[in-house]
Amino acid sequence: MRLLLAFMLMAVPAMAQQRVVNVYNWSDYIDPYAVARFERETGIKLLYDVYDSLEILEGKLLAGKSGYDVVVPTSEPSFSKLVRSGALLPLDRAKLPNAAGLDAALMQQVATSDPGNAHGVIYLWGTIGLGVNEARLRAVAPDAPRDSWDLLFKPEWARKAARCGITMMDSAIDVIPTVLKYLGKSPDSADAGDLALVEKTLKAIRPAIRSFASGGAIETMAAGETCVVLSYSGDVIQAAARAEEAGKGVKLRYIAPQEGAQLWFDMLAIPKDAPHPAEALEFINFILRPDVMAGITNQVRYPNAIPATAKDIAPDIAGDPGVYPPAEQRARFFTIGPVPPEAARARSRLWARFKGNG
Amino acid sequence: MRWLLGPSWVWLLLFVAAPAAILAGIGLLNPADTVPPLAGPIGLGGYGGLADPFYLRACLGSLAVAAVTAALCLLLGYPMALAIARSARRRLLLLLVMVPFWSGILLRLIAWIGIFRDEGLLNSALRALHLSAEPVPLLHSDATMLVGMVYCYLPFLILPLEARLATADRRLEQAAADLGAGPWQVFRRVTFPLSLPGVRAGLALVAIPVSGEYVIPELLGAAGTPLIGRVIWDEFFQSGDWPQAAALATTLLAGVLLPAALLQRRRPR
Repeated sequence: MRLLLAFMLMAVPAMAQQRVVNVYNWSDYIDPYAVARFERETGIKLLYDVYDSLEILEGKLLAGKSGYDVVVPTSEPSFSKLVRSGALLPLDRAKLPNAAGLDAALMQQVATSDPGNAHGVIYLWGTIGLGVNEARLRAVAPDAPRDSWDLLFKPEWARKAARCGITMMDSAIDVIPTVLKYLGKSPDSADAGDLALVEKTLKAIRPAIRSFASGGAIETMAAGETCVVLSYSGDVIQAAARAEEAGKGVKLRYIAPQEGAQLWFDMLAIPKDAPHPAEALEFINFILRPDVMAGITNQVRYPNAIPATAKDIAPDIAGDPGVYPPAEQRARFFTIGPVPPEAARARSRLWARFKGNG
Repeated sequence: MRWLLGPSWVWLLLFVAAPAAILAGIGLLNPADTVPPLAGPIGLGGYGGLADPFYLRACLGSLAVAAVTAALCLLLGYPMALAIARSARRRLLLLLVMVPFWSGILLRLIAWIGIFRDEGLLNSALRALHLSAEPVPLLHSDATMLVGMVYCYLPFLILPLEARLATADRRLEQAAADLGAGPWQVFRRVTFPLSLPGVRAGLALVAIPVSGEYVIPELLGAAGTPLIGRVIWDEFFQSGDWPQAAALATTLLAGVLLPAALLQRRRPR
């Protein structure tokens, strides 16, 4: 018996020699080749798990002891909330030499969510805009504006577009700032009057909205079931790529409307109670390597924040203004700040009333 | 023999009473930017916010859905339970009622999405029959949600009801018929009253979980139907207010348990 116990105790350090890192990322959001390469080059076993909503990630991290070593929260609201709650480990920059290759201007834009960029580095980024199935939209609304939020938020255009189907992402935190911006208000406004205007604008187009998508937007779009979608840039661009592969003649385009499109960043971060922080840093540093990062962008069609990847990006992706927007478009992008709890509740109520109005 | 009950008491204490007590306790705290997102002092906490009419509406909405689902399950399930109880192939039929449990509920709901969606089975059939040129939007409506609810919870009504019907004394029905009662009268005056405990158990087994159901309305229901399950989810995940969510969940639990306990008490022994 005692011998058995001794063996068991000896087995523990032997098992610990297999280094592991537990990564928790969005679904459909990595280059499978990068995973294989990381394991081969570092000898660290990568356990990869996915989520499809920030709420799940936030819930797990705020409860503590999630067991994950690397997570990828979006700058607002999740990343900033995790930073404020002390749920993330400050990153040891000495262990992240590749972070020097990050675009300073983009990192500066995330600093509103994470003062001094202490807790995260940009993984991928994008905007929130419109996905359009041009052929079907032309059939029902040939003269509707294409570069403006008016297409969706003006009832007369929305009514026309509704005949070929409008899908909106089911995400108050993403849509409400966009409507505020469209109305000429601050996207962070918690003012009751501003929110009432947002509600009025949304309710006016509610009958035109066929469905609310959480995660499933790519499929409905690629299948050609809807012709106007309010969603993340990369989702539309992925859907366009899938539609092309399917070869059924469905052509999709991403539009970042001229009134302004919300910019977001997905951040690589380490939970405070991560069981393997050293391996987590190694993983993040590996991901930030230009050749690895280029492979990820080529796979998932979201832009990264490492300028040195430019030469390795496939020409059709590098030349797509939806993925890499031209400078004059980028000037119109906006970021949002943290939402205080009371405002968050007011917004989620507004959202529930809006959806229920159909 | 009393000690045999021990394990079930331990089970109840560890996995029912303790989590419920923790939940009720979280409701007494306040939200905060910490891990976990809770802070003292202990006070009214989330219970103070319960008076919001928004919550009451969601509760009533959920109760209405639970009542309609339970009623539909009874209408559909009673004839099925009776037929199974009287069938020579009773075991096989009971097995068939339970077959759906062998696969995950999510998988089965996604199959329903495949039936109802715009390019789905039903719409393809409508088009093939030239009944409709444009796809009829079927998914994400109250009707689709009820189909999903009834589909998922029907076995919970059939099983206890069938057990009761199968063990009822058939000689009472024969006596009623011998004394001149027609088939309808036999059913109304003898079979149905005898099956009432089964009906009650079945209705409770359907209505209680349906009143807090989250997954089915989320996948099949209309976007806006405000149900209490979704409201609790929103408070927890969207507003990040754990005490409010916990207070709501505790109140819902109490609101469901009390009538169930009363029902149990009134049951004839």
